[in-house]
Amino acid sequence: MEQQNIYQPYLMEIEKITEEAPMVKTFRLKFKNEEEGNNFSFHTGQFGEYSVFGEGEVTFCVASPHTRKGYIECTFREAGRVTSELASLNEGDTIGFRGPYGNIFPIDDWKGKSLLFIAGGIALPPMRSVIWSCLDKRDQFKDITILYGAKSVADLVYKDELAEWKDRPDVKLVTTVDPGGETPDWKGEVGFVPTILDRMTPISENTIAIVCGPPVMIKFTFPILEKYGFADDQVYTTLENRMKCGLGKCGRCNVGKVFVCKDGPVFTRTQLKELPDEY
Amino acid sequence: MEKQLKILKYSDLSKLIEKFRSQGFPVLAPVRKGKVVEIEQVQSLDEIALDVLLSTQSAKKAAFPKVEKVLEYTLEKSGTKQFPVDPADYKETILFGVRPCDASGFKSLDAIFGEEPKDQFYLEKKEKSTIISFSCPVSDEYCFCTSVGGGPGNTAGSDLQFTGISKDEILVEILTEKGEKLAATFADLLTDAAKDIDKSKFLADVKVVFDVDGVVEKTTASFNNSALWLEQSLRCIGCGACAFVCPTCACFDFQDEQNTKKGVRLRLWDSCGFSLFTLHTSGHNPREVQSQRWRQRIMHKFAYMPEQLHVVGCEGCGRCSRACPVDMNIKEHLTAIGEMVKV
Repeated sequence: MEQQNIYQPYLMEIEKITEEAPMVKTFRLKFKNEEEGNNFSFHTGQFGEYSVFGEGEVTFCVASPHTRKGYIECTFREAGRVTSELASLNEGDTIGFRGPYGNIFPIDDWKGKSLLFIAGGIALPPMRSVIWSCLDKRDQFKDITILYGAKSVADLVYKDELAEWKDRPDVKLVTTVDPGGETPDWKGEVGFVPTILDRMTPISENTIAIVCGPPVMIKFTFPILEKYGFADDQVYTTLENRMKCGLGKCGRCNVGKVFVCKDGPVFTRTQLKELPDEY
Repeated sequence: MEKQLKILKYSDLSKLIEKFRSQGFPVLAPVRKGKVVEIEQVQSLDEIALDVLLSTQSAKKAAFPKVEKVLEYTLEKSGTKQFPVDPADYKETILFGVRPCDASGFKSLDAIFGEEPKDQFYLEKKEKSTIISFSCPVSDEYCFCTSVGGGPGNTAGSDLQFTGISKDEILVEILTEKGEKLAATFADLLTDAAKDIDKSKFLADVKVVFDVDGVVEKTTASFNNSALWLEQSLRCIGCGACAFVCPTCACFDFQDEQNTKKGVRLRLWDSCGFSLFTLHTSGHNPREVQSQRWRQRIMHKFAYMPEQLHVVGCEGCGRCSRACPVDMNIKEHLTAIGEMVKV
């Protein structure tokens, strides 16, 4: 049967809350209706609209990998009205979720290639979904390198997973904090992401680079990738714009004729270059 | 279906409305409310403002209301329940006395809400609306329907169209199966019309002022022409009135309203002219200044919609210009775009 009300969310129970960093939390969400949960599937890169009933909806990428069924996770920073309300909830509380929406990271096309993940700040969550989706099929890819930077040591999210990746022999993890953000016992790098990337002298051959971060980080990271020979088709990112419906109807997330919600949020740098300056 | 022509007497219009009412159909029609003319539910003919050129608001609210409930829920944090809001819960309705530009305006909304995934809130209401348009005997300086493919007697989107052909008689065009079904309920008021009636004699003369294909082509190429958008929008105060009176504007917002126990999620009209429309929580705004928001308005209707939905998002009704508090005139702006030599 055709879905009658496309704006009706699934009801989700907050199963687990993890404090990631100051003002940043991860919710593990379980479908309250088991059948809905069983029928639900998504692919890494997709996003959803999360509801706090009585307050409204907020847009995040699904932060968990599509290779793990039965739950989804979202990681958010307390910043606006809905995220502040979200942050006040407890385990066991109910929220809504609509999705999955948008296009995907085509990880099946990346088989046999090396992957270079470059993330800054609160942009690790959307990338974490891709990272785990790839790590769960580790034998399909060659080298996996993760460069992650945040303002300060406290601001690094997924600290347990960073430790896990650090320990894995099949992952190369480089973490960095902005100058001044280090603590006395910090063992990672100090410097902005593009600077550290340059120092890493990345190899572009047979490599896909996935870049997520604040606009200023992306702006300075692209030229470094270019310097090391990454072609525009080898570079992926995910855009965000303010959204309401997530379905290409409410009219606000478009970048020129392209709807971020429907045609994105995942774009190659080739596609990005064709977009007008409206994001 | 092949169009059928009938004659209805003006003196029977009142009976017609009574017939609709007695069959239980809500009738929406233009109604005077002080200085404005709204499209509202009426009980009888004398409430209907048939003599006005154009209602202040367009007819879109019949299928896309200003405010509508899309969710209803209880607010216990751990046990929130949702109650089904059924888009199909809407009565067969008659939209009476609207203009051809109102009727054809629905094709833009059909395209936006009919795209997958389908928005049944709109589609159900649209499907259950039978549209009786009245062709235009007069126009004013704001009208430019003929420049965007419409006209004072355009029948696109109408199920029935009425045209006054004398003091006493109305030509009734039966245009769709829905129209035919409704016309069957008042067949006793209809007589056959002469096949050779020249309807155009009874219509306003609306001059074509620009070539729409040229405007679409030049608009599409003008994203980076910031001087153009700035010059056209210098006066714009971003009030959004243009979007609220527009028959094709479909942008919307969601807002939750609640008391202590229950809440609803409402879908409300919104406008790309508002600075908050695209503002990120971080403070970043992809359309930071009014000229970018004006560009979005024009490009959405004359570049993005033609390319992606194969429809020009404008009916030439001129409502936006009539409503504009700073007298921006879309007909003039589009003419200027059409006349640009260099894009």
